[in-house]
Amino acid sequence: MKTNFTEIIPQTLLLLCALIMAALLISLAGYLLLKGGAVLSLSFLTNIPTNGMTAGGIFTPIMGTVALTLITALVSLPVGIGAAVYLSEYAADNRLTQIIRAAIRNLAGVPSIIFGLFGLTLFVQGLGLGSSLMASGLTLGLLSLPYVITTTEEAMRTVPQLMRESALALGATRWEVTRDIILPAATPGIATGAILSLSRAAGETAPILFTGATFYLSGSSIGLKDEFMALPYHLYMLVTQHQAIEQVQPLALGTACVLLLLVLLLNTAAITIRRKYVKQYQP
Amino acid sequence: MRVIFQVSGFFCIAVLGGILLMLMINSIAFFADIPPITFLSTTEWQPEYGKYGILTLLAGTLLVTTGAMVIAVPLGIGTALYLSEYARPWVKNVLKPAVEMLAAVPSVVVGFIGIVVVSPVIMSFAKIPNGLNALNGAVLLAIMALPTIITVSEDAIRAVPHMFREASYGLGANRWTTLQKVVVPAAYPGIIAAVMLGMGRALGETMTVLMATGNAIAFPKGIFSPVRTITANIAIEMGEVPFFSTHYYGLFATALILFIISFAVNFTAEKITAHIRRFQ
Repeated sequence: MKTNFTEIIPQTLLLLCALIMAALLISLAGYLLLKGGAVLSLSFLTNIPTNGMTAGGIFTPIMGTVALTLITALVSLPVGIGAAVYLSEYAADNRLTQIIRAAIRNLAGVPSIIFGLFGLTLFVQGLGLGSSLMASGLTLGLLSLPYVITTTEEAMRTVPQLMRESALALGATRWEVTRDIILPAATPGIATGAILSLSRAAGETAPILFTGATFYLSGSSIGLKDEFMALPYHLYMLVTQHQAIEQVQPLALGTACVLLLLVLLLNTAAITIRRKYVKQYQP
Repeated sequence: MRVIFQVSGFFCIAVLGGILLMLMINSIAFFADIPPITFLSTTEWQPEYGKYGILTLLAGTLLVTTGAMVIAVPLGIGTALYLSEYARPWVKNVLKPAVEMLAAVPSVVVGFIGIVVVSPVIMSFAKIPNGLNALNGAVLLAIMALPTIITVSEDAIRAVPHMFREASYGLGANRWTTLQKVVVPAAYPGIIAAVMLGMGRALGETMTVLMATGNAIAFPKGIFSPVRTITANIAIEMGEVPFFSTHYYGLFATALILFIISFAVNFTAEKITAHIRRFQ
């Protein structure tokens, strides 16, 4: 071995990189959780925005985001899981399958604002849904599709081939094997993927900018054909479009903190499910 | 049943095809009014005067993305190397999930940090009156690209067979020499793919740059200039533009250029990973 000097310098540099990264994470989370946490209270979560959005809470945007995410789930989960079942259980390894896979990978790389344009032309204008909760939900549903498919297929792949072959040998059809063996075994993995995909969709802003999100609603009623308030869009509006910057700063901090907590909560839930229920089949 | 699942599979092709078709049809409508050469070769984007040149917006996108890569590439690869070669198990078990969670932070929240934290810091360090500029956007996009770069390149580094390292130690090389001469060259394609994927993420990001880069339509003079990216421009102008006007179609044409660039970047990353998979 050469002198320790040539070892220590690079090692310190790499350690420094990791430390910067850790400091970044801690300061980002710390800032939002401490400063934003000071604003959080039950009334902040359960009151509607008042006084031209300089006071009150964020109940309306929370409900909007919940409704939006439900529609996203209703669109992306059935289609996404269906496509994953096809790819993992039915599809032959041919040209067509490769094209489907390439399409899915490319969809995942399409910038979210382009999904927004697509939603605007197809749902808002083309299908005549107008600027509405429905149009935004459908747009986010399409955006989440590739993530749902990828995670579901991955979960289904961890089910050993032996289980498929045993069931087939007993005379079960493809569909029976999928329904009774593969899907039950893959459910925790699918759930993990679904939670992560939906938490990602819930935080998106660009795709709902021109498909249905609105600055302010006076009531807290929600309709599929109506415009809606959403947490990420609410935060964007508060910090960039509101005149009374000083007054809304605490509200913005609170909203950012809620968004971050939402993501942390959903991610922790997903990780817990993965650790607890996802079976590791040993060959 | 098979048919139902197959239809779901085809649906994905239909969505991607639909997006491409939507971009092309609207862009063709635009190119009927403005010749593609003018669009691609002029710098002025002033729809109110009928001037539609993409270069200023493109420069904004490229400047912010390049800046982000300058920050994120060394930091990301350094962290990945540390995690895979030096870190103790507990450090790894804490830092890795934390980095993965960073990827899930909504882009508006990152943009918000840009306004309330990064901007004041830039103002006081550079002694300039406005902290909303290309540098701010670059810092934020670096934060957003880091999780991808770290996770993907760490996977690539970990995939280098242990035998390679053992053989190098056997020849008397120390840890750093082994890393530098054996591990990194072997993991090189994967690291490049990681950088490309991170870049793809930065290129297409809308909300963070919209909130943090100042959005001035002027050809950027440097890292402290306020800039407007293609994505931010669409977000700003699509809300105000009359539907089916030249300006409206023009925004789709800029989106088409963005789509082509990010497609090329992601496609390259994919080709590299497919190439690596063949050897494993």
